[in-house]
Amino acid sequence: MSDVNQPAAHPPVTDWVHDFDHTDPQWTEDPFPIWDQLRATSPVVHTKRFLGCYLPTTYEAVREIANDTEHFSSRRIIVRDVRPEVARNAAPPITSDPPEHKPAKQLLLPPFTPDAMKKLEPRVRAICNELIDEFIADGKVDAAARYSKYIPVRAIAHMLGIPESDSDLFIKWIHMILELGIKDESKLLQAVQEMTAYFSGHIEARKNKPTDDLISYLTNARGKDGNPLEDSHVLGSLRLLLIAGIDTTWSAIGSSLWHLAKTPSDRERLIAEPGLIPTAVEELLRAYSPVTMAREVVKETTISGCPVKSGNMVLLSFPAANRDPKMFPDADKVVIDRRENRHAAFGLGIHRCVGSNLARMEMQVALEEWLKRIPDFRLDPAGTVTWSQGTVRGPRQLPFLLGKAM
Amino acid sequence: MAERLKVHVNPDKCQGHARCKALAPELFDLDEYGNAHEAGDGIVPPGLEDKAWLAKSNCPEIAIDVIEE
Repeated sequence: MSDVNQPAAHPPVTDWVHDFDHTDPQWTEDPFPIWDQLRATSPVVHTKRFLGCYLPTTYEAVREIANDTEHFSSRRIIVRDVRPEVARNAAPPITSDPPEHKPAKQLLLPPFTPDAMKKLEPRVRAICNELIDEFIADGKVDAAARYSKYIPVRAIAHMLGIPESDSDLFIKWIHMILELGIKDESKLLQAVQEMTAYFSGHIEARKNKPTDDLISYLTNARGKDGNPLEDSHVLGSLRLLLIAGIDTTWSAIGSSLWHLAKTPSDRERLIAEPGLIPTAVEELLRAYSPVTMAREVVKETTISGCPVKSGNMVLLSFPAANRDPKMFPDADKVVIDRRENRHAAFGLGIHRCVGSNLARMEMQVALEEWLKRIPDFRLDPAGTVTWSQGTVRGPRQLPFLLGKAM
Repeated sequence: MAERLKVHVNPDKCQGHARCKALAPELFDLDEYGNAHEAGDGIVPPGLEDKAWLAKSNCPEIAIDVIEE
């Protein structure tokens, strides 16, 4: 991830209520008190940054927006400094609105059902153990750089039918699109260009010789008109699967391990009761939801009593919604056996994450395999935990000491 | 005697989070897209009442009704 160009600087935030900025270092480091402050002020706040952007702060306001495709478009889904022209078939269905959304989504759903994920699970379990083998004898590890990062990228590469050894290439593109691209358009365009060139070759090869993988599935799929999909649609969906399927779950696994490293009581309970892991995964998804989406206001309306004007973006913060104490008792605490948990980590409404079953399986398997082989671990006091900036939040550096404390 | 329970998934609200299938696999089925519907006629066999309420209270789309008959 070499990056010589510094992104454009944003002035530091001094007034969060009227001038919020999700790329501010304070937000990156610890967003939770900021969200609490904003939620106490208003269900919707606004900033002039990013050419104008709202932030819903309550679960209810987030739900209202997610369910309202008439006033809120998905054609732009990242809040950035610029608003370039919208590309056709950018990344369907995540960038699609009704009526185009439904057929594009239905095309992607069958390969991601819970049953389909069960077939993939043994490979994910093997990936986790291969990764652990590489560092378990060292006594210490950066769990973000050497474990959580590689599980989702190898799993999605396996599903797509591309070499798992190309993982670092995909991780570089995602960093350029989701982090550097917020402030530096050229990085985003370069990544998209490189991805297009990479996948075009794979698509052409499968037109002549179909294989049993997701690229073949999409290349040979038929649209609702009965014709094969345009190459741009296939490329857009492949782009989506790669972008959405990697640093999101990388972040979720990393945040979960971070929590368990500093909470021995939760760790011991999950080791004693592995059957609780799926419930704990839901709570970790709620408390440390990685993904903030966006919408563009295309028609003036009112959200939770607040006027919302077209031409602005909306930072659709599922993570802030999931910390709303009106919806979740003890919202600021991680309750690993929480029984009622309607969290919105995978979104709400028609854009529910296509890969939610994949992400859940990866998180469960990643925690199960880690806890089986490394029951004792803690944050390395000599190291620093760092968090990603912007749309997807999770630890990018996670230094652990392995084994019992001396 | 306790009343009989019945579960119902509202197909217009379900978005395929599949929480109900994970929590109460006996009471729900998924279609080829992963969207849920109640298994059979939706009648909750004795002993599975708790799972029915659990599924309802974990559906992010509030798509599940538990009906007391």
